[in-house]
Amino acid sequence: MAKEKTAIQELDRSPFDFRDAVQSDFSTDQGLTAAIVEEISRVKGEPEWMLKHRLRSLELFNSIPMPAWGPPLDELDINNIVTYVKPNTAMKDDWREVPDYIKNTFERLGIPKAERESLAGVGAQYDSEVVYHRVREELLRQGVIYTDMDTAVREYEDLVRPLFMKLVPPSDHRFAALHGAVWSGGSFVYVPAGVQLDVPLQSYFRLNAPGAGQFEHTLIVVEKGARAHFIEGCSAPRYNVVNLHAGCVELYVREGATLRYSTIENWSKNMMNLNTKRCSVEKNGAIEWVSGTFGSHKTMLYPSSFLKGEGARSSFTGITFAGSEQHLDTGTKVYHMAPNTSSTVSSKSISKDGGIAIYRSDIHILPEAVGSKSSVVCESLMMDRSSRADTVPVMDIRNDQVDIGHEARIGRISDAAIFYLMTRGLSENEAKDMIVRGFVEPIAKELPLEYAVEMNRLISLELEGTIG
Amino acid sequence: MREMSENLLSIQNLHASAQGREILRGLDLEIRPGEVHVIMGPNGAGKSTLANVILGDPRYEVTEGRILFEGEDITAEKTDARARRGIFLSFQTPEEIPGVSVESFLRAAKNAQTGEMQKLLPFRKALKAKMEQLGIPESYASRSLNVGFSGGEKKKNEILQLEMLAPKLAILDETDSGLDIDAVRTIAKSIGRFKSPKNAILIITHITRILQDLPVDRVHILAQGRIVRTDGAQIIDEVASGGFASVLG
Repeated sequence: MAKEKTAIQELDRSPFDFRDAVQSDFSTDQGLTAAIVEEISRVKGEPEWMLKHRLRSLELFNSIPMPAWGPPLDELDINNIVTYVKPNTAMKDDWREVPDYIKNTFERLGIPKAERESLAGVGAQYDSEVVYHRVREELLRQGVIYTDMDTAVREYEDLVRPLFMKLVPPSDHRFAALHGAVWSGGSFVYVPAGVQLDVPLQSYFRLNAPGAGQFEHTLIVVEKGARAHFIEGCSAPRYNVVNLHAGCVELYVREGATLRYSTIENWSKNMMNLNTKRCSVEKNGAIEWVSGTFGSHKTMLYPSSFLKGEGARSSFTGITFAGSEQHLDTGTKVYHMAPNTSSTVSSKSISKDGGIAIYRSDIHILPEAVGSKSSVVCESLMMDRSSRADTVPVMDIRNDQVDIGHEARIGRISDAAIFYLMTRGLSENEAKDMIVRGFVEPIAKELPLEYAVEMNRLISLELEGTIG
Repeated sequence: MREMSENLLSIQNLHASAQGREILRGLDLEIRPGEVHVIMGPNGAGKSTLANVILGDPRYEVTEGRILFEGEDITAEKTDARARRGIFLSFQTPEEIPGVSVESFLRAAKNAQTGEMQKLLPFRKALKAKMEQLGIPESYASRSLNVGFSGGEKKKNEILQLEMLAPKLAILDETDSGLDIDAVRTIAKSIGRFKSPKNAILIITHITRILQDLPVDRVHILAQGRIVRTDGAQIIDEVASGGFASVLG
């Protein structure tokens, strides 16, 4: 009889799991005090308004309680988190000048190989600071700005200051407040009116230091009639202490503009991933979210769209894969705030080996949003009896001239389908792998090719515990 | 242990149950290479159960007896191992697999059965030729397996898989039911092409149209979990005119 592959509990994440020895210039003490926040601001050489913003956020952080819903977060103690770890290098725009140990990390993750092949610009963040940023010459000539957020605060104050943490105010929730106090790194993108970026920009975030937090801030403005695609990737090696990611993404899509924002998140399983992403969309503009959540121990992530102008559109395509030790609470929110706005949501989740995948969405259609449309489809696939899936789709509709569709399906992988494929010679694992790949295929085809390949690879890792 | 090597399939005193209910109750069956066997019987006799048990469907438990294929005991073997030995089942209601194209599925199956990577272009060419013979539009190669297929299209797709995988034993479970006369003719032709002195066919049916062009060697009447009568092709006509009562006596 042929030797069967055995699925193992502890996954081989070796492509992501290598750690570098921590070689930082400066890091703060654990925990959070005004002195630490002032120190971060001083090291960065920030303007006064940003320091004030940080200190006000810290006050809010100290007064806002933990969320009363979602996955339990009691393992997270901010007193044990190092909020700022500065790698011992300044930001470079020539890859050859990046220190070898950081360069090797990103080379192993396929960056900047990807840049040479298919990207218009690349940013790479290591722990708290962006270590590399580069954008193609022709984009600079068109007036595109793509730089790290710290530089943007210093050099583009007129663009940044009116927008920074306006979509996600620090008062919004405890982790938004924390982010406001200790944020560091991230990307700033400005696409001038009418500019069409046909190739994507990509930022990659790597958290190497154990027990640290990563709080990058991404701010993107796509001006009238312009178009852009931004990709973010995240990973970290595994440690046996809790790491925290509380990033913030604010996207502004102006009239008639289009932005696609794609994420493949593959944090290690000691990561608390509490990320806030929001987009405001003006008249006839469109935001397209593509979101893959594979890693982390706990995740709360609900990219939100505010459809503010008539005819604004949003689409959300999401995939979540929860394996052992993972509780992933993901979904989306849409606020229809103007007439004839439309939203589509397509979400798939897979849970396995005791993993928990919760889909949560909130669709609000305000009284003035007449003629609006919304379609929500969420499907959950459980691979075994120890895993859990749930869907919590909420709709709040305040006018009756709307067109709403909603479908939710939760099911266990079909034994009959596995048997059918096995009668054609596929092993049980191959059969499950094929069913799962087919299940996520509508999402895979939304991703850029290299990410679709990456996603399939991650799924095979999750299913078989070996690289297929 | 090898025994009775002239038999391709040998089923001995097979008992099988599902959820504690016995469905097969001491069934014997022998099929040699080159033969065409037909199993007929009233609804609920256990015909589909037999087909699924030969492939090792985990929903059924074999409580007694054994199944030999080319002289080797496969009773405890997993389904995929049986498939790789060359046993094929054309399902009565094949499963729908969203997101997996007919072509990529068949190529993966062929890879698994032959143990070698099928080269994309030669495989595609062979697939297209078979699809054309079966009257399946070319576009179906990239459609999700069985999703949105009509009953007839699903059956043709099963026969397409049969031809591509070229098994030693093909079990056809009600492949002719619910099909129009042209589709039955197309499938019968395909089965005729497949038939060779080296392989064997086991047809489960309650209608007889599919049998018209095939030389049937043996007909078995299955009732209450056993084969109650085995005879030549002539009893097909008896069943067609007088029903099962006429052959059960």
